[in-house]
Amino acid sequence: MPMLSVQDILETNRMIAENRLDVRTITLGISLRDCGHPDIKVFCRNIYDKITRTAEKLVQTGEDIEAEYGIPIINKRISVTPIAIVAESCRTDSFVPVAEAMDAAAKTVGVNFIGGFSALVEKGYTQGDRILIRSIPAALATTERVCSSVNLASTKAGINMDGVRELGGVIKATAELTRDRDAIGCAKLVVFANVPEDNPFMAGAFHGVGEPETAVNVGVSGPGVVKRALEEARGADFGTVAETIKRTAFKITRVGQLVAQEASRRLNAPFGIIDLSLAPTPAVGDSVAHILEEMGLESCGAPGTTAALALLNDAVKKGGIMASSYVGGLSGAFIPVSEDAGMIAAVERGSLSLEKLEAMTCVCSVGLDMIAVPGDTSAATIAAIIADEAAIGMVNNKTTAVRIIPVPGKKVGDRVEFGGLLGHSPILPVSRFKADDFIARGGRIPAPVRSMTN
Amino acid sequence: MKVVITIIGRDRVGIVAMVSAALAANSVNILDINQNIVNGFFNMVMIADMSGAAINLKELQQLLKDKGQAMGLEIKVQHEDIFKAMHRI
Repeated sequence: MPMLSVQDILETNRMIAENRLDVRTITLGISLRDCGHPDIKVFCRNIYDKITRTAEKLVQTGEDIEAEYGIPIINKRISVTPIAIVAESCRTDSFVPVAEAMDAAAKTVGVNFIGGFSALVEKGYTQGDRILIRSIPAALATTERVCSSVNLASTKAGINMDGVRELGGVIKATAELTRDRDAIGCAKLVVFANVPEDNPFMAGAFHGVGEPETAVNVGVSGPGVVKRALEEARGADFGTVAETIKRTAFKITRVGQLVAQEASRRLNAPFGIIDLSLAPTPAVGDSVAHILEEMGLESCGAPGTTAALALLNDAVKKGGIMASSYVGGLSGAFIPVSEDAGMIAAVERGSLSLEKLEAMTCVCSVGLDMIAVPGDTSAATIAAIIADEAAIGMVNNKTTAVRIIPVPGKKVGDRVEFGGLLGHSPILPVSRFKADDFIARGGRIPAPVRSMTN
Repeated sequence: MKVVITIIGRDRVGIVAMVSAALAANSVNILDINQNIVNGFFNMVMIADMSGAAINLKELQQLLKDKGQAMGLEIKVQHEDIFKAMHRI
């Protein structure tokens, strides 16, 4: 192999030092399927022991790889089997103690989030699902690091509208229980359609039932690197734009693949997937909105934004797919409002609305993410917003999600501060027209014709 | 194992001598050196082999970081695989 060129070396280090190239997360998936016990105390001890034993070296390994290769690895995290499944045999009416055991395990091993306080109810509830969903508000209020998710719809099953209605209320209750911290509990709760079972990103990560005993899943990032590359292609046609993004995504993903392989080897856990996502942070120079604006839009949300995002999302996948042996998770550009400096500015400028964000979710990863809305938004309205997103996911055979925060006491024009990677946001206006009777119907929206692919 | 050493800082007498003496003292073999001065700023990229080294990567990183700081330089030592992963198929 020829010697590395100085240009290549300097380019890599410039991406890291100036354009915030990093590996966003190494997430260790851990199966808890062998932890079940009728006594919830024994069950909690079982999961605490298994998580702390399996992830003992996770943080140290991440830090070692970061130091040796000189690439920042921002988060080390854990995902576990959905708790609604593994805690189902406990004789109890609340899973809050389970969330507390997960939180304690996360603190012991030093990870900042643990995902999997989750239920999969796209077609209906089991007893464990009911208990879990009822436990979500208290679980998120009493723990710091636990993340929760509920899958409410799929292309194959349709939309569980009873679940949609209930989650509208769960989100309101979670906001109320954490009102002293600007409803931070809601930032740790995602509802999904077509949820992936190997996603390394929070708050939606869990370790699916078809996964192995353990798995190393890695999420890459690098909006700043893509933006910088596009600065070199100003005025060029879209073929050039797509090609530039593909080349950049390839390089970013190769770094993720290297980190994933090393982490897998050192942790003695199989490599699961690379998630080819562009994940922004609130830091300047780490924004997906600014990439869209670099393509020629005055402000994110302007006409043309959906097309720009569609191109970006597709080019990231095309570039990343050849760079990694296994691709999975969410794999696409994220558009979380409060976590993206450009999205925040666009909302403040009045160019980006909830309705435009909904359109954007048709062509990119995930959905309405980290959206702060007025505290008086009703549970039925939140449920209806969830139903709309779920419908987009169901019909288009893609993942969609809603992470919405109705901040008690706040109204349009106010701001909310979540801190850290969760960022800050102005309160977005929500339609004043009601969907109460629509949400009151309940039942299940049948799977669409396009689900019949056999 | 091969490592890439990058050195950036204001130019002065003795930078190359300091780095190469530190590497030689710890049996790290230099394979390639590329160095220039742009507007008074010193830039050097070295590729070195640590297979016979008397210290490990972490220790070398710390050693050169300390020695660099004493001379107002930023010195990074990285496993070469990150560059190979990104730029070689």
